[in-house]
Amino acid sequence: MKSRDLRLIYDRSAPGHEGYRLPDLDVPEQPLDRILPKEALRAEPPLLPEVSEPEVVRHYIRLSTLNHHVDKDTYPLGSCTMKYNPKLNEDLCRLPGLAGIHPMAPEELAQGLLGLLHRFTGELAEIVGMDTVSLHPAAGAQGELLGIRLIRQYHDHRRNKKKTVIIPDSAHGTNPATARMVGYETVEVRSKEDGRLDLGALREVVNEETAGLMVTNPSTLGLFESEIAEASELLHSVDGLVYMDGANLNAMLGLTRPGDMGADMVHINLHKTFSTPHGGGGPGAGPLGIKAKLEPFLPVPVIVERDGRYLLDSDRPHSIGRLHPYVGNVGVILRAFAYIRSLGGDGLARISRGAILNANYLMKKIEEDYPVAKPGWCMHEFVSTLSWMRKQGVKNIDVAKRLLDHGVHAPTVSFPLIVPDCFMIEPTESESPTSLDRYAEILREIAREVREDPETVKSAPHRTPVRRLDEAGAARKLRVRWRPKPDGERGSND
Amino acid sequence: MIPKDCRYTKEHEWVRLDGDGHVKIGITDFAQDQLGDIVFIELPEPGAKLTQHQPFGTLEAVKTVSDLYSPVDGEVAEANQAVQEDPGVINKAPYEDGWLLRAKIEDTAQLDNLLTPEQYEEQIKEMEG
Amino acid sequence: MLYVGHTPQEEEHLLRTIGVKRFEDLIASIPESMRLKKPIAIPAGESEIEVRRLFQESERRNYDPRVVPSFLGGGIYDHVIPSVVNHIQLRSEFYTAYTPYQAEVAQGTLMTIFEFQTMICELTGMEVANASMYDAGSAAAEAVLLASGATGRRRILVARSLHPHHRAILETYGRPSGLEFVDVGGEEALTPDELRDVLDGETAALLVQQPSYLGAVESLGPLADAVHDQGGLLVVSADPVPLALLEAPGKQGADVVVGEGQSLGNPPSYGGPAAGFFATTMKLVRRLPGRLVGETVDADGRRGFVLTLQTREQHIRREKATSNICTNNNLIALGFTVTLALLGPRGLRKMAEQSLQKAHYLEERLAPLPGIRRQPEGAFFREFCLRLPVPASEAIAKIYAEAGILAGIDLGRVHRDWQDRLLVAVTEKRTREELDAYVEAMRRVVS
Ligand SMILES: Cc1ncc(COP(=O)(O)O)c(C=O)c1O
Repeated sequence: MKSRDLRLIYDRSAPGHEGYRLPDLDVPEQPLDRILPKEALRAEPPLLPEVSEPEVVRHYIRLSTLNHHVDKDTYPLGSCTMKYNPKLNEDLCRLPGLAGIHPMAPEELAQGLLGLLHRFTGELAEIVGMDTVSLHPAAGAQGELLGIRLIRQYHDHRRNKKKTVIIPDSAHGTNPATARMVGYETVEVRSKEDGRLDLGALREVVNEETAGLMVTNPSTLGLFESEIAEASELLHSVDGLVYMDGANLNAMLGLTRPGDMGADMVHINLHKTFSTPHGGGGPGAGPLGIKAKLEPFLPVPVIVERDGRYLLDSDRPHSIGRLHPYVGNVGVILRAFAYIRSLGGDGLARISRGAILNANYLMKKIEEDYPVAKPGWCMHEFVSTLSWMRKQGVKNIDVAKRLLDHGVHAPTVSFPLIVPDCFMIEPTESESPTSLDRYAEILREIAREVREDPETVKSAPHRTPVRRLDEAGAARKLRVRWRPKPDGERGSND
Repeated sequence: MIPKDCRYTKEHEWVRLDGDGHVKIGITDFAQDQLGDIVFIELPEPGAKLTQHQPFGTLEAVKTVSDLYSPVDGEVAEANQAVQEDPGVINKAPYEDGWLLRAKIEDTAQLDNLLTPEQYEEQIKEMEG
Repeated sequence: MLYVGHTPQEEEHLLRTIGVKRFEDLIASIPESMRLKKPIAIPAGESEIEVRRLFQESERRNYDPRVVPSFLGGGIYDHVIPSVVNHIQLRSEFYTAYTPYQAEVAQGTLMTIFEFQTMICELTGMEVANASMYDAGSAAAEAVLLASGATGRRRILVARSLHPHHRAILETYGRPSGLEFVDVGGEEALTPDELRDVLDGETAALLVQQPSYLGAVESLGPLADAVHDQGGLLVVSADPVPLALLEAPGKQGADVVVGEGQSLGNPPSYGGPAAGFFATTMKLVRRLPGRLVGETVDADGRRGFVLTLQTREQHIRREKATSNICTNNNLIALGFTVTLALLGPRGLRKMAEQSLQKAHYLEERLAPLPGIRRQPEGAFFREFCLRLPVPASEAIAKIYAEAGILAGIDLGRVHRDWQDRLLVAVTEKRTREELDAYVEAMRRVVS
């Protein structure tokens, strides 16, 4: 197993190497201390690696080979929508006349870009059934932040005294974290036995102090919230607003729209439903669709069209102010627009249909060994419970690790918290029947192993670039940066 | 397994008399096993007031955080330095070296409204179902 | 079917295996009243060449950044991007992977983040840096929230030198939790004297930008002493390129250093995606927002990397998390890391020095022109602010029309009282001819 090369770029550094050549200075040089106050200058240069270009390239290519990724094999991470990332989109967002535009260039010199963004806003609003969209949020969680901030602005504007935001117990962690950041207390509602929103329980907690409800639809259990309209009505009866977490929009395209369910706003993870790549942890984009009554409060600037020209409008007296330094993660938005333009309304509807079919197919194929937590047809994903494996001393995380040995990725095991030993599987529409069959076969094989040879599962993975990692050790003794060896040697390989 | 000389809370803390009006407080073996490797602990300073059934600190494992609840009213006399430096001690010896606080208590009779070892054992059995 | 893994024929097989007759049976849980009765009302899908054409047409209605020399900065800069960067960022292994939740098959991503954390620590002089934030604006906002949490206080002093857009983002993030923002100082570098009346035991933090939005080089040490004397924290928003030459804020007493990583390795992209960074001290590490990678060992005792201190984060601590951030801006941080790996210490220094020298060459020729004055007047780095005898928008339009140069940021768009101000940024990419042409064009504008 000596194929593992876990050296960092710093470990490859050797004095004198350089990986890039800048042109020579073509203006007269002045002594530094004439331009800058002496005390402002650095005493010691930052420690950076010294590596030649070929070595830099080899290093990062080597590192890249240690990653699992969508272009390699199945990646059914629930709630994350790891679909195929079309290559055309990568080309288009890098066009120099788009990627090279500075955000403070005069609007007249950026009409093409502003026009694309304006058109995207309109098409996205139509797709989710909202009146308009703010492109500013840089990710889903920032979309939530904007949404709850708008709720607050709405209530302040109407002099409503509101204190709480209601969140189901199946919610993603960003929901309660966001509500708290915007100064609301969170009230958790238990889900019904079938995993859905409990209207009765909701009635008990909704009152005059309720600012809003954050609800994920389909829920994080992959179930459509059939009573969402009733829940919305209930919220509206106390002038509360409904925030829909749209992370699971991949289940709804062309079938139904958040705006038609009574939701007042929805964030859209472009890095999920609209195929923009996750980049190993971003960048994403989390535009927020809203109903007209919230429009006065939108963050500035808003891209508007006047007499065929596009402008950045910051003159909006009721605006919450700014969320993004400019207008959002434009590079990500351009990819998503290329996706929408490639598919059109019809193609988008096919996407959700495909996602739902694939999820139900895989669910059916594995249900004997991986019983679904809440029975019934699922939407684009489903959550199994692996609690029977506890008898064998095996946990969901062990099965996840064993899957890695087969060259495929594991489902989500960190939530929903209401399912013991949860296993949240979202194959997406990108998978072919053959790859789904293969994934099911691997899962069945692992279930067999759990019964017959649980030790192999518990000690997995065995064939990955590194074995199971000591996370407790990492947290107890924090090593969060590379350091040179004290005797001047370079840091060492393992 | 469950020491007979302690009383217990529903939240899996133990408390044991420790001479001249003091007690020691810790978490049970069941609790440490459920949490997994404990990586960090936040404890109150000496002098801090404890209120029965109210949180006094937090324990962190790799992927969970849990609040610690005081079994008694009292005042912190000492927080165990050793477990703050190496929280793994709590996993290894939850009832001995892995104690968390030594506290001066006001009323030893308060221990009587906690779970007896037998009752606590019963509770665990139910949870393991 | 575009981007769908099965054909209509295969759909039949899927439905049969599932055990339903029609697809509609699977979605019975969607009430009839909510069903979309007609197709989504957007234009039909288009072929690859048609979509490409649409984007290329848009491209032509923008200025052409390949030929137009740009002096725009203000937080987003036009530095060189080595060819290698795009090749690495376009590796499927990096860009099509998720956040490294299964560390055993994500060592590549984890290691690049660990390298990024190290580089940020080195540039800022801090002990720990996270995996990235969305941008410098939200990073600054999270930094003052941290300061408030750590001190139990709510007043934040904000130097007027902070990027005005970032200043606005502070309000959006901080107001709801009751933070109170007090603007301090003027346009020149901030001095402790200017804090005397407002800095007291209620102050959670002082936030200063280095160099300031208008270009001034700040002297951080005395500010750190002043705020520490009152038990508050010093938060610095710093630009990484000048940090090649300027003293690391951490060495001058900063408690949190944030900033923008876009300018190393990533195009302007109309202001996003960028890559905020966030660095602090070990003392404050448990309050750090966002993801953090740590080194550890695997079951065989060999080196490996994992996400660590996850209990700070929203997926575990939920409403008590240090922040709600989840997805950050990793691929942009990768561009930053690869760029610094290529530049090394000497390359980065050269980039910074050339920007500095060229900025001063240009300033020395623009400032003496009739009616032009530099303000603030103190030391600057690669960016300076000019007051013009004409509205900045007019000068920009004329210089673009006559010389094909983007002269800088019209500060009238940022601040109502700044109509006559132009913010000029110069990077190593600008040539002497471009600088000279700029001076000539400006001369014609003002005479
Ligand atoms: C249900 C749900 N909500 C919100 C989010 C947060 O989105 P982001 O990571 O883009 O901030 C996620 C991301 O995983 C999610 O699954």
